[in-house]
Amino acid sequence: MKLKVGSGSCGIAAGAEKVYNALKAQNDGCFTLGIVGCVGMCFLEPIVDVYTDTGVLLKRLVRVSEADAGLIARAMKENDLSLLSSLEIEEEDALFLKKQTRIALRNCGIIDPEDIGDALSHGGYEAAKTVLLHKTPQDVIEEIKTSGLAGRGGAGFPTWFKWDAAKKAPGNEKYLICNADEGDPGAFMDRALIESDPHTLIEGMLIAAYAIGANKAFVYVRAEYPLAIKRLEKAISDAEKNALLGENILGSGFSLSLRIKAGAGAFVCGEETALIESLEGHRGMPRLKPPFPAEKGYLDKPSNINNVETFANVAWIIQNGGKAFASRGTESSRGTKVFALTGKIKRGGLVEIPMGLSLREVIFDIGGGIRDGKKFKAVQLGGPSGGCIPASLLDTVIDYKALAATGAIMGSGGMVVMDEDTCMVNMARFFLDFTAKESCGKCVHCRIGTKRMLEILTRITEGKGEEEDIQKLEALCAGIKDGALCGLGQTAPNPVLTTLKYFKDEYLAHIKEKRCPAGECAALRRYRINEEACRGCTLCAKQCPANAITGSPKQPHIIDKTLCIRCGACKNACRFGAVEVE
Amino acid sequence: MSDLTKIKEILREFDGDNNALIAILQRAQAHYGYLPEDVIAEISRARLIPPAEILGVASFYAQFRLSPVGKHLILLCKGTACHVNGADGIEAAVSEELGIADGETTSDGLFTLNTVACLGCCSLSPVMMIDNETYGSLTPQKAKEILRSCRQ
Repeated sequence: MKLKVGSGSCGIAAGAEKVYNALKAQNDGCFTLGIVGCVGMCFLEPIVDVYTDTGVLLKRLVRVSEADAGLIARAMKENDLSLLSSLEIEEEDALFLKKQTRIALRNCGIIDPEDIGDALSHGGYEAAKTVLLHKTPQDVIEEIKTSGLAGRGGAGFPTWFKWDAAKKAPGNEKYLICNADEGDPGAFMDRALIESDPHTLIEGMLIAAYAIGANKAFVYVRAEYPLAIKRLEKAISDAEKNALLGENILGSGFSLSLRIKAGAGAFVCGEETALIESLEGHRGMPRLKPPFPAEKGYLDKPSNINNVETFANVAWIIQNGGKAFASRGTESSRGTKVFALTGKIKRGGLVEIPMGLSLREVIFDIGGGIRDGKKFKAVQLGGPSGGCIPASLLDTVIDYKALAATGAIMGSGGMVVMDEDTCMVNMARFFLDFTAKESCGKCVHCRIGTKRMLEILTRITEGKGEEEDIQKLEALCAGIKDGALCGLGQTAPNPVLTTLKYFKDEYLAHIKEKRCPAGECAALRRYRINEEACRGCTLCAKQCPANAITGSPKQPHIIDKTLCIRCGACKNACRFGAVEVE
Repeated sequence: MSDLTKIKEILREFDGDNNALIAILQRAQAHYGYLPEDVIAEISRARLIPPAEILGVASFYAQFRLSPVGKHLILLCKGTACHVNGADGIEAAVSEELGIADGETTSDGLFTLNTVACLGCCSLSPVMMIDNETYGSLTPQKAKEILRSCRQ
């Protein structure tokens, strides 16, 4: 039998490497041991899959710890998988995969990302071979056009159109760039994809480069993703050794050099012209469009930029046909979309679903709903450029147009679920804090407007909001949308606009009643001690920095609200859950 | 004064590549731990780029530091999922335990605290990373205990 340990960044953080080493130490030749990338079920990490030697999945073991290695080794030795029933995935958790359709993630969690042989035996580079040896660049573009593939970075622009423009642009020196500068907080699709299946990305880029006539390509990856960079470096070098990159690939006469450029941490570099500036070694400040990168991009040469997930679909489309891809999804959004499902969700992880599924299906059927028995409040899509969608719109389907109609956007795939304890005003403040810091400073509206919005939102969450603040916010939103050059600024108001649209009552409660309905804003919290739960241990009184808590030992304590500074130290200190937020 | 041998070596490696400033700064920081003034001056001399322009690039990107960091670098995630799951409370606990705010270094030079936008380990939120090791599902108490164990 063969054991595969899920070893993406999430898995490793949960202890996968320790599990791998423990299994290695126990292995006396009864089983083979390997790694795979992200299975997607982050909530169950570390995960160990048991395969037959011919590659059939027998059992999925979840939440495995180092201490389980002995038992697993014994089960392998005695060829008795029933010994592992305590580690086996539960039926309910397995529902996570039920409504998913995996195209971009087809090999993630199945192949060893550090072994090109494994990728090749799973059909890797077959599509590239077909293209390089038997198809013209125009054939490729037509196939992508038939598929209806749209840019998965968030904007949803038709991929074929960009390729066609870059192909038709005059000049012999052209560049292909992969945008893996995944900057949205709450998103990890690109990281997981590169860590789990780098060859699918390389193959997609190879096909795209052939289609547009580029001989040089870059992957611009966040420096915060060291494991993704390491695995991609190895994959590129292995592909070169196998004549799948470099000069005269597979004897086709086509050559492509692929290099990694590590980003240095700037959200705005997700914008394609800013990314190009950064690639050239400058501050990542967006350029005016037009000219579009297809005419004048990297070093002023025709360039095409696509997101990681977009490229990950390409080889599948070539192999299975554009029609097969287009048959999935909705009229305006073809194929599938990958999401990073996180937040107050029971089953969080990486999911790929056919377009057209409703938000409710993703959050409740796949994600299992809200954890700890709490109530769903909102789901945030599209990160700092997106918006919060309320419970009343849970039946909205995942489709570029339908999501845009709510005021949110499809985005690159961050899907953060919030429950009743999340304050929506503070959520808007959180995103404006982010965009104000990440604004490159080029446009006045964005540079100063986001700061002013952040100040207003901060004072509202501190209980110092005034009634006209809402009008001021609305005016600033309109100004920034009109006055900013790039997507960062134009979409920065979205988190505020959507929370104002769907959760205005929360803004009003903060401003008029000086109350945070979710109980999250510290300055507006009121603490009290539940007399019945209090054991009089005196710990809270000792921790209180304002000496606001009094009471005799073994007697219920009391908080003097006039002295309380609302720091919450008492609540953190209490071992009996007796300190409550009113 | 920094030993400039290494930066000279790095600069030679990128000779002829006119778009490599960010890569050079990354390599320099990996070696020196931050970007010392004299290293920036050396880059400026070799590449014929004014120091102000190099500083402009260095200060634009979150990764670059212009002062040395402590022995342990704490990257505290404040991404959306971590925010929703209580990252503010973790930051408060870390600040209280170490007596420093975001961007500061403890007086004994042991810890530097940097908050970051997202570490991409959202399913383990709230998360922090110390010296490339990720710690997930934090509580304020757990965060303090981890820092204490780093001290030993």
